[in-house]
Formats: sequence, C-alpha cells, structure tokens
Amino acid sequence: MFANMTSGLDFQSKALVLRAERQRLIASNIANADTPGYVARDLNFKEAMNNATGGGLSNGLSLSPSSAQGSDSNGMTNAKHIALSGGTIGTLGSSSSLAYAEQSQPSLDGNSVDLDRERANFVDNSVRYEATLRFINGQSKTILSAIQGQ
Amino acid sequence: MSMFSIFNISGSAISAQSQRLNVVASNLANADAVAGPDGQGYKGRQVVFETTPMGSDASSGVRVSAIKESNEPLRKVHNPSHPSADADGYVTQSNVNPVEEMVNMISASRSYQNNVEVMNTAKTLLLKTLQMGQ
Repeated sequence: MFANMTSGLDFQSKALVLRAERQRLIASNIANADTPGYVARDLNFKEAMNNATGGGLSNGLSLSPSSAQGSDSNGMTNAKHIALSGGTIGTLGSSSSLAYAEQSQPSLDGNSVDLDRERANFVDNSVRYEATLRFINGQSKTILSAIQGQ
Repeated sequence: MSMFSIFNISGSAISAQSQRLNVVASNLANADAVAGPDGQGYKGRQVVFETTPMGSDASSGVRVSAIKESNEPLRKVHNPSHPSADADGYVTQSNVNPVEEMVNMISASRSYQNNVEVMNTAKTLLLKTLQMGQ
C-alpha cells in the first residue's frame, strides 16, 4: 500500500540524483573551458535514467549517443575495439557510459568545450532539476494530505 | 556528495583564472619596463592550465601546472636620449604585447564570471533541495 504511494517519489528521486550528476559534469566542463587538451563530457540522460529505473520507463527505445554514426551501444565502430569502461553514476549503482561531447568548432589546443553550449546545458539542467524538485514537493504534499485526511 | 563538489570544481577554476589574471596584471605593469644593466628585460609570463581529477572520474577541476616565460625577443626601441640607451641609441624593453595581454585579461575575467555563476546556481539549487517537502 505504502509502496504504491512512494513509487512515484522513488522515480523522481532517481531523476534528481541524475540531474545533480549532470550538473556536476557540466560544471567540470565550464571549469576546464581554457584547459588545453580537455575533452568535454556529457551524460545521456535518457540512457542513464533507463539504467537507474531498470528499463521500466521507456517503450524499449534506447538511443545511445553515438549510434547515429554507425557505432554500437558501447561507442565502438568495430567489433575488435576495446569497450570503454565508462563512469558509474554515483549512488544509483548502475553503470552508465558517459559520452564525449562532439566538437562543434575544433580548436588548436585540443579543447573540445563549447562554452555557449555548456552554459545553455547548465541552465537547462538546473531548470529541470528545479522541476523535479517541485514534482517531489507536490507529491509529498499530496501524500501528507492523504494521510491527514483533512 | 555530488552537488557539493561543484564548489570544489568551480573554486579550482576561479583560483586558476585569478592566477592568470594576476600574471596578466604583472605583464601589463611591466610592459614598458626597460632592461637593467645586465641587458635582460622583463619577459612576459603565461600560465599553463592542467586538468586535475576531483573525487570521482567524472568531475575534474583545473589547476595551474606551470608559469612559463615567453621566449620572444625583447623589444628594441630607438631612443638615444634615454639614459639606458646602448651605443647605437637603442633601449631594450620587455617582450610583452599589451594587446595580447588585454585579450587574455578579458578571456580570464569572462571565465571567472562563468564559474561564479555556476557556483551561484549550484548554491540556489542546494538551498531549494534543503527546503524539499516544506
């Protein structure tokens, strides 16, 4: 009974952890905007969320970041390549590969951070983080008013 | 704690950028300095940034790994009336290019502002998280 009430909260809390994780990644990218040779990284939120919820969220469509360029889910273009180990996502315990951001304007020092894009991503991610927070607040208020019955 | 490490990441970037700004200030201050009696003028300096891991592999900060002196030739200006002029009337000055340094300064200050904004946003989000369920 109670599990039914909190399952929605569980989903939102996983989303919140992933949003915080992505926020940290984008902060790293912005911090290293002037570091030669730094490669920008990003999180495929849909894939990570699928991993976190055990695949129960989508209708079986999982899009990997590089699958559009003819490579498989590990980012490999050849079966003989060694798979990337990928970072594990924090407290959720599920491994989700971090993608490398594609370079829009290649620079001579090998830095692949696009500062405009990272800033846009940062704002976008913080708005979504706040939205998730509001969902959690709304749901907990709903549960509380159900408990109190007033 | 995932979100708290944003402060470490952006803090490392802020300190690196402020060091860069310091070096730019030093270069600009010495742009017109003439060489001493040994003939060695001020050589422009540049910071070298390096990525440094912070906690997990996903988060990486930045640090200044070295401050290198520029190897460009020192500027020689023809000014026979100057007390430091050599036999041919040339004065040796620093090899700092003020225009380059100004561009460097603007880039450093913009990066600094970016990271301050990242910290502010992270702080707002964390405060809102604290108020969850109220």
